[in-house]
Amino acid sequence: MTTRVSGRGGAAPKVAPYAFVAPAVVLFLLVFALPIAYTVYLSLFRTEVKGLGLGKGGRSEVFVGLDNYWRALTDSELGAGALRVFGYGAILVPTMLGLALVFALLLDEDRVRARGFSRIAIFLPYAIPGVIASLLWGFLYLPGTSPFNQLLRELSLPEVDVLSPTGIYFALANIAVWGGVGYNMVVLYTALRAIPRDLYEAARIDGCTPLQVALRIKIPLLAPALVLTSLFSVIATLQVFAEPTTLAPLTNSLSLTWTPLMKVYQDAFGRGDLYSAAATSVLIALVMFVISFGLLRLTRSRAFGGER
Amino acid sequence: MSAVLVEDRVVTPPPVRRRSLVSALGALPTVVLLLGAVYCLFPVAWVLVAATKSTGELFSTTTLSVGSSLVANIGELAGYRDGMFWRWMANSALYAGVGALLSAALSGVTGYALAKYTFRGRTLIFNALIAGVLVPAVVLAIPQYLLMSKIGLSDTYLSVLLPSVVSPYGIYLARIYAAASVPEDVVEAARTDGASEVRILGSIALPMMVPGLVTVFLFQFVSIWNNFMLPYIMLADDGKFPVTLGLYTMLKQGNSVPALYTLVVTGSLVSVLPLIALFLTLQRYWRIDLLSGAVKA
Repeated sequence: MTTRVSGRGGAAPKVAPYAFVAPAVVLFLLVFALPIAYTVYLSLFRTEVKGLGLGKGGRSEVFVGLDNYWRALTDSELGAGALRVFGYGAILVPTMLGLALVFALLLDEDRVRARGFSRIAIFLPYAIPGVIASLLWGFLYLPGTSPFNQLLRELSLPEVDVLSPTGIYFALANIAVWGGVGYNMVVLYTALRAIPRDLYEAARIDGCTPLQVALRIKIPLLAPALVLTSLFSVIATLQVFAEPTTLAPLTNSLSLTWTPLMKVYQDAFGRGDLYSAAATSVLIALVMFVISFGLLRLTRSRAFGGER
Repeated sequence: MSAVLVEDRVVTPPPVRRRSLVSALGALPTVVLLLGAVYCLFPVAWVLVAATKSTGELFSTTTLSVGSSLVANIGELAGYRDGMFWRWMANSALYAGVGALLSAALSGVTGYALAKYTFRGRTLIFNALIAGVLVPAVVLAIPQYLLMSKIGLSDTYLSVLLPSVVSPYGIYLARIYAAASVPEDVVEAARTDGASEVRILGSIALPMMVPGLVTVFLFQFVSIWNNFMLPYIMLADDGKFPVTLGLYTMLKQGNSVPALYTLVVTGSLVSVLPLIALFLTLQRYWRIDLLSGAVKA
């Protein structure tokens, strides 16, 4: 959508657009750009203690180049945290998007009943904060209050502890699936509604079953929307913080450095080492940029085809 | 041609071959969808029931049997540290309400400018704003905290409000919405009549963008209400906590004081009620289609 500036209505506005974007740009610089620059700056320094480290000048910032990055890259706990998040994401993203796709396809079928109710019900968890969702599921997981364990007890079956070191991956992924499936379902469903209905008619006349229509027509045409939802899901996965932090008080399976972001928080506020925290943050941001742009490059023209 | 096809779809029954297949599958698709709905509603239903139980009942009685202590629980929650819970709720409403309002206004003005004017730096500004979506919150939150504390703003309401006002997402949405909903000729006509740019924005463009801006407000409201990390890092004084952070601190103490679990459960229920109400009443404004850029207004 480009703007036509015709000569009819007098001179093209020169100052107005700048005045209109100025507040956002200024705030953006203060709240986004400046902190990012400051993080990069901090990541290149370290506190050095002189003598006993007491009094003024006892501690000073010294330039250490990329040393903090090297330390972060070789930090075993950070590497382990990255692997844990990868494992968590490998469970979460396919499950969430798979379910969202199935639900979206079902919503698009005229013969399926209770669609309006199901759409609202499945989207509802989106309105519930991650912390509260973690609290709710936390109680559902906690052996003392869990209805599932209660049921197993009554059936005299062995109880399952989803808060065990292995179960916790599924426990966390489930909270994120629960919170995100409806949102992704609605995105995919909206994309489905935009597909011309004639296509289905043609396929039906050719003898395609609804399942074949879904597999051969709808899913391929949904590819751009699937890329977009995957991108947002991967970004959200890499940033996971609130859910494991909230569940941590309920189980010993979650250390305070379970995810890289939790480690950044611990480095900064637990150990007071802002410089390491800054270097780790920059590394996480770089990984996210690489993944995001990689995914977008792959299918950019298709995903953002409509908006140029 | 297409009109005929549409009519055909509505009026004629499906061919026999397909119908037999459908009946073979039976109600399976409906059942799958309903199972999804049950999965999503279950924790909400659980908290509704659990909030009626006393601490003893929470750990002993059958999960889905209703307890008798809802009123007592709410009373106890209200009395917790002289009404601290209500203070947290008010704080959340303040952060989310004021933050989302300012954010929607800022997004509207910026989105309109980016959609409707051609000027040097437009693409650069837009791309920089969009890149902001990709920056992980923690990369921002810690240096934001450090910078805020340098100017003496950490642990204030402003420290949580200010970073919530610029929403790259909101600006992106508002730009799409402005492009689709504010016709070029209307702007041109007003300009020809001698209206100033500010007047065009304020009395023509923004009113046309209201439905889109309500959407921005809602998304931003939910995202601020749900934000955990920013207040977690910025705030030390629990009198300024939003309700999410407050409940988290209660849960942490629950390890040593099990009675707090009951309050956390009741508090969780009370804290999601406003969001659910907002969600159900303003349903038509949850325009997720705007996100995919597929808007044809």
